[in-house]
Amino acid sequence: MIGLQHYLTLSAMLFVLSIVGIIINRRNLILILMCIELMLLAVNFNFIAFSRHLGDDTGQVFVFFILTVAAAEAAIGLAILVVLFRNRRSINVQELNTMKG
Amino acid sequence: MFQAILFYLFSAVLMGAALGVILSRNPVHAVMFLVLAFFQSAMLWILAEAEFLGIVLVLVYVGAVMVLFLFVVMMLDINVEAVRRGLTRYWFLGLGFALLMAVEIMQLIWLRGQDGVLAGGFEPYPEGYSNTKALGSVLYTEHVYAFEIAAVILLLAIVAAITLTMRKRPGLKVQNIASQVAVKAKDRLRVVKMDAEKRQ
Repeated sequence: MIGLQHYLTLSAMLFVLSIVGIIINRRNLILILMCIELMLLAVNFNFIAFSRHLGDDTGQVFVFFILTVAAAEAAIGLAILVVLFRNRRSINVQELNTMKG
Repeated sequence: MFQAILFYLFSAVLMGAALGVILSRNPVHAVMFLVLAFFQSAMLWILAEAEFLGIVLVLVYVGAVMVLFLFVVMMLDINVEAVRRGLTRYWFLGLGFALLMAVEIMQLIWLRGQDGVLAGGFEPYPEGYSNTKALGSVLYTEHVYAFEIAAVILLLAIVAAITLTMRKRPGLKVQNIASQVAVKAKDRLRVVKMDAEKRQ
């Protein structure tokens, strides 16, 4: 019977995979943004699984809001990326050292 | 049983797509794999009887956000090989962290699940249950304030994206409407009084 544990396991694997993606793609800003989208997807899996397990629809309302905020984040992040590429001709994270952070 | 087969099938494709996202050399391929991953997730959510969110995921993510990603990836002229150089220096570190985290989360889920709190399948909804209706009746009553804040956040995203990417180009020839309207006839035309020419 497919239940909470299976969905939580799937979500954990997805989250771990996206963390690996961020570590091995540290140079490409656009791939890092995509890995963040995958992470948010894994979190949404958790919310939906617990919502179904506990029989409470509030978890699915939370997923709705996470989708909204993730869409806004993607739009603003890509806008920043476009401006960055226009100014620096590169999206390599290692070259973004203007602020000496 | 059939549900279990579908779950494992969709999960396997989802994992493959996620691997494709993080390992593909070409960003366009990565976006395509991400589209596949979102689609499989929507299938899995529908399998868990969260139909509304599954459809919303396809419409909003595959239809809008991924197209936005695709636009940006194709618009930027990224030198793929230069970006990928020096990629594999940290892969074993990443793999180690990943295995550690995966093992920890798994043992938490499966050992804690042994007392029966987490185990077992989801309770199926009764006949005639509408997921969309149930979500709407919660969203527009209890969470209406958060719903309005979400609308403001979307508006903020529109304004921020436009403000960031709009630029004033120097040396562009544009009309100055105000000075065009305010011009008087005597600024442009000069009436000169002079004698007629004599016939030769």
